[in-house]
Parts: sequence; structure tokens; C-alpha cells
Amino acid sequence: MQFVRTQMLAPLSPPITERGAVKWLRENLFSGGLNSALTLLAAATLYYLATLSLPWLLHGVWKANSLSECRTIIAANFGPDAGGACWAVIRARWYQFIYGFYPPEIYWRPILNFGLLFVAMTPILFSDNPASAAKLVGVVAVLTVIMLALAQGPVWLFVLCGAIMAGCFLLATIAPARLLPVTAVYPFATVWLLWGGSVWGPLMAMLGFVILAAVYRLLSPRFGVVVATATGFVIACIWWVALQGYVSGALQSIIPLAVQPVESDKFGGFLLAFLIGVSSISISLPIGILLALGRQSDMLLIKSLSVGFIEFVRGVPLITMLFVASLLLQYFLPPQVQFDLILRVVILVTLFSAAYNAEVIRGGLASLPKGQFEAADGLGLDYWQSQRLIIMPQALKVSIPGIVSTFIGLFKDTTLVTFVGLAEPLRGVTTIVRADINWKGIYWEPYLFVGAIFFVTCFGMSLYSLYLERKLKTDHR
Amino acid sequence: MAIQAMLNTSEMAVSDEMAVQITGMNKWYGTFHVLRDINMTVQKGERIVICGPSGSGKSTLIRCINRLEEHQQGQIIVDGTELTSDLKNIDKVRSEVGMVFQHFNLFPHLTILENLTLAPIWVRKTPKKEAEETAMYFLGKVKIPEQAHKYPGQLSGGQQQRVAIARSLCMKPRIMLFDEPTSALDPEMIKEVLDTMIDLAKEGMTMLCVTHEMGFAQAVANRVIFMDQGQIVEQNEPKEFFNNPKSERTKLFLSQILGH
Repeated sequence: MQFVRTQMLAPLSPPITERGAVKWLRENLFSGGLNSALTLLAAATLYYLATLSLPWLLHGVWKANSLSECRTIIAANFGPDAGGACWAVIRARWYQFIYGFYPPEIYWRPILNFGLLFVAMTPILFSDNPASAAKLVGVVAVLTVIMLALAQGPVWLFVLCGAIMAGCFLLATIAPARLLPVTAVYPFATVWLLWGGSVWGPLMAMLGFVILAAVYRLLSPRFGVVVATATGFVIACIWWVALQGYVSGALQSIIPLAVQPVESDKFGGFLLAFLIGVSSISISLPIGILLALGRQSDMLLIKSLSVGFIEFVRGVPLITMLFVASLLLQYFLPPQVQFDLILRVVILVTLFSAAYNAEVIRGGLASLPKGQFEAADGLGLDYWQSQRLIIMPQALKVSIPGIVSTFIGLFKDTTLVTFVGLAEPLRGVTTIVRADINWKGIYWEPYLFVGAIFFVTCFGMSLYSLYLERKLKTDHR
Repeated sequence: MAIQAMLNTSEMAVSDEMAVQITGMNKWYGTFHVLRDINMTVQKGERIVICGPSGSGKSTLIRCINRLEEHQQGQIIVDGTELTSDLKNIDKVRSEVGMVFQHFNLFPHLTILENLTLAPIWVRKTPKKEAEETAMYFLGKVKIPEQAHKYPGQLSGGQQQRVAIARSLCMKPRIMLFDEPTSALDPEMIKEVLDTMIDLAKEGMTMLCVTHEMGFAQAVANRVIFMDQGQIVEQNEPKEFFNNPKSERTKLFLSQILGH
């Protein structure tokens, strides 16, 4: 048997059943008897669910002053038996879901603060993607200005806030890296914008961190990272606890710079949820990293402290921790120390999520081959350098899905603060709205509204994590 | 052999200065005595091949030299610095001693160029531009400058190992350790890595190499060390070692790896 090919075959396009929509349908929906049956069953279920819910959604009423008025309108339009959503409650009370009892005349403060949140996040979230960073800041700036225009407030303030947002957009377009100082100042700006009062308090608190950084820079070349950080932290703590109050008080009496103060019990709705969620998320990640490293440490004391902390915090329900925050913590503190409830809640929620993050990151660390640690050591990198440059970038990349899950869980768990009397959007504000005689008996609509906002936020986090995973995918496996 | 022709042994002067000096070194893994009474010296410019059956402690030995493994007894002096638990000394030795691993251990999240410049920038505090120039120079030496902006995962095994060698060279090390550098490679790629190592030997680098490539040992080494059960069983010049082994254990080992 002998065969010699004299002419090579040209490629042909596949047969019609192997192309386009036909192929897709066949492969995905009707690939076999069972699959076809399941497809039809799913379609029937979807149709049934739609017939149940769509009329209710479509009969929705947006303009009414009470639930009974809603019902009258629906009965008049769609018949006496027709059901329908009464979205009018959202229209009437949306601001409470967003701001709680925050004074309406100074809504500009949370609005500006929320806009700046995104500006502060961009240099971290899109550190090597200046085009996306600029786009995001631009969109946020426009939305912030629109929201400011809708909120009541003097014109000069509107112009000032608009100028701040425009400045941020300009910075993001020209030099995105320069946004990092905005990120550094943002936490202190938040405290001042949301709680108001003297500007010197937050400024002097920030000075504490400057002191920490200065001590670190001074000491770290000679005494190493750990000693420098610890010394800096102690000195900064002395500043915060013993001196800061007097200094900011004195400065306030010399140069009074203050805005209307807002008490913590006025906070509520998504303002509160975002405040707790964002602060806890951003602080718990670094703490989680340190705890994960501590758990891997060769030093027995550090290791047992980390293990003890992680296991204790994970073993206790979050609600217990919140009760500790609201009740017990006051017993341990000296009576003259007034420790804000929101701050206490943020601290405990942070510790809670830090413990979970530590375990997620430990999983990432465990997934790294030993060779990576050895190669880093072999090149002469010290412990912190190899953690920062070699180990953590890879371990965190592996841990992204887990970390984002923790964050999403944490953000939704902010609704649990209702148990310590804070007006979070899901139960706190909804209960308040239902206490109004006009909206008594309304049930689904507020939950759907709040649920939708939670969904959008969490889905956004999830999408970002997918983007990040795609961007960091360099192993080409 | 072709490799021998490439090397002019007289060019490669071996100085009297000590690069590595190990005296009375013992190491245990738990209760298992992996390295037993190791005594050896390596002069500057010497090229030493360490061979032996698997589990004989040869990898552990060279990993002790940059303290990836800790020894419990005895003394190891590398380039005038004694290895103790002092972290400063360890980091100093590690930055002077290059290490090439069996599984390359490149950093997958960094490009080739970043892999090469990382340690010079952070450990040696070299300016970035200068570090990149050095990196490109050594990438040229290992003959893959065009891969500088790719990621390790996009390279073949042989290319990755050459990058790993270049990464060590960028730190301008005085001593190079090779831990079975060709054991994870396809036969075709072994040659390109060995060629790189031969070039390095020609330039007078002090090298300690754990390998099963007996051709390389014959061509390049000043000395071959044979280990078994955590001990140095025999060491000799390559010619004597291969043609006239003294110990029965060495004879058996050589007959097994050269027998076919």
C-alpha cells in the first residue's frame, strides 16, 4: 500500500449545523433528551414566575400620598382584584433610605463625600489603568454635581463642590498618580464632612499619622521595619490620646473653623451602610494580611496571638460582637471617654472581617509553591520585601474571589447593626417608614428597593474582582 | 569532546582565596541525620560538580551554603562571612551567592525584565534604568533579549532556566549554586542551559553544581564530589574520578549512570 498526496487540501467552512445560532442552540439547550426536557421545564417555570410577578410590577403606582391611595388607583385602573406595587412610598421617602435622619439642609456633605469616595478609590482600584480611572472620576464628578444641584443648598456651596469635583477630574486626566494624596486625606475628610464640627480634630488626628510616618522613616534604616513601626505607633498613640484634644481645642479657639456638627444618631440608611462597609473593608484587608502572616510566623508569641484572635473572632457571631460594641465596651472604658457608637461598630465589624480575610489569605499563601519563597530568599530580599514584592501579589491574586466574598458578606452584614439601634436601610428605615400612618402595611416595595441597591453594589464589587483577575492573569496556564 | 575544545583550562585560574569553607558540618531533619560531618573548601574560581544518588543530601548541602537550609553543627564560611542565625549576615551572603533551582522559580506575576531587575533595585538599591541595562546585558548573554517583556509562563523550560541564570547574574554574585538545573528539562533544552553554564564557567565564575550531567562534569569541573547517605564519599579531579574511582560505592554509581 502506497500513498502520496500530490495536492494539499484547502480548509472548508463547517456544515450548517455546526455554525452560528443553530450550533449554539443545539449544544447549549437541546443537546440530548434530558437537556431538552430541562430547557422546556425551565422556560415554563420562567413563564409562570413572570405571569405571577410582572402584573404586580407593571401596575406599579409612583404618584400617591398613601398606601390606600395607591390601592384606589390600582383598583380604578386594573380592576378590583388586581395587585400592584406602590412605588410611591419610595418616591416619598427615598431620602430616608439614603440618609437616615441626616439634616436635609446639609445633604451636600454626604453627597460630596460619596463622590470623593470614588475619587479616593480610583488610584487604588485602577492603579495601572489611567484611562479607566479618568473615565470613572469624570462620570462620578458629573453625577455628584447633578445630585448636588438636586439637593437644597446655597449657590456658592454648589459652585465650590463642583469645582472640587472638576479639580479631581482634571487631576485624574493629567496625573492619575497624584490622586493618591486625595486617598490619604479622604478618611479624615469623611469624618469632618459627615460629623462636622471643628476641622482641627480630623486635621490633628491626621498629624498623628504624619508623626508615625516620620518616626518610621527616621528609624527604619537603622532598627528595621518592625521596631520603627512599633515606636512610631506608640508615639502617635501618645499624641492621639494625650495631646491631640488640647492642641485641636487651642487651635479652634485661635482660628475657629467649624461646620454644623451632626450627631451619630442622625446617621442612617445607605449612608450608614456605606460608612460602616467602606471603612471596615478598607481597614480589614491590611489587618487580615498581617494576621495571615502572623499565623505563618516562626515566632511563637506572634503566631499564637494571631491564631487566638482569628479563632476567637470567627467563633463568635457578629451580633454578639455588635452587642459588645454597643454595651460592654462602655464598661471597660473610663466613664469620661465618649466613644462614638458608629466608631465602635466599625472597629468590631473590621476585626470580624479581618479574621475572615486572614484565613482567606492564608489559603492564598498556602497555594504558592515553596520555590517562590526560596527564590525570594535566595536573591537576598528581606522578609518584608519578599512579602510585599513576591509573596503577597501572588497570594492576594489567588485570594481575590475569597476576599471579595468576605467583603460582599461584610457589606450585607452591615444591616445587622439594626440590633444595636442604628437605622440601617433594610430593617431600621423600613420600620420607621411603616410607622407612618400613610404607609402602614407596606411590605414588599421598601425591601425590593433596598435589595436592589445592595445587589447593584455587591454585583459591582463582583464585576471589579473579575476585571482584576483578568488583568492579573499572567501565568498563561 | 566538543565542550572540552571550547574550554581552555589554563585560562581559568583558581585562586587560593576561599570562596566557601565548610568544617565539621552536621544537619538533621528532625531525628534524621541528613548531612554527616561535611568538610569541604571551594576556592575562588573553582567549579565543583556534586553528584550522588537521590536522597544523598547533595541538594541539602548546597542549600546550606545560602542558608535556605539551616545547619545545626559545624561552621560554614561563605566569602568571609560565617553563616549564623544573624539575619544581616544571611541577607549579605544571599545577595553575594546566586542560586539556580531545578524548577526555575521565576516570579510568574512579573515580566522577565522585572524578574531580573527586582533584586538589584530593592537589595542593591541600583537605579531602575541602570538595573534594566544590566538585565538586558545578561539577557543578551543567555541569548533571549527578545523575551524581556514576556511573562515566565510564555517561555519554554529551557528559556525559563536561562532567565533564572540571568536573574542570579544580575546581582553580580561571586558564587553561583546550581541545584539540578537541567533535571526538569526536555533533552533538547538541556543543551541550551548547559551551554550557558559553560559560558559562565569560562568567565571564571565560582560554581557549585548539583547535576547528573556527567559530560558537563568531565568538561567543566575542577573537582567532582560524590555523596552518599549524607556523606562525602569521594572527591577527585574529573578525569581520575571517572576513569579510576576508588570507592566501591562510587564504582557502582558510575556503572549505573554511565552503563548504557
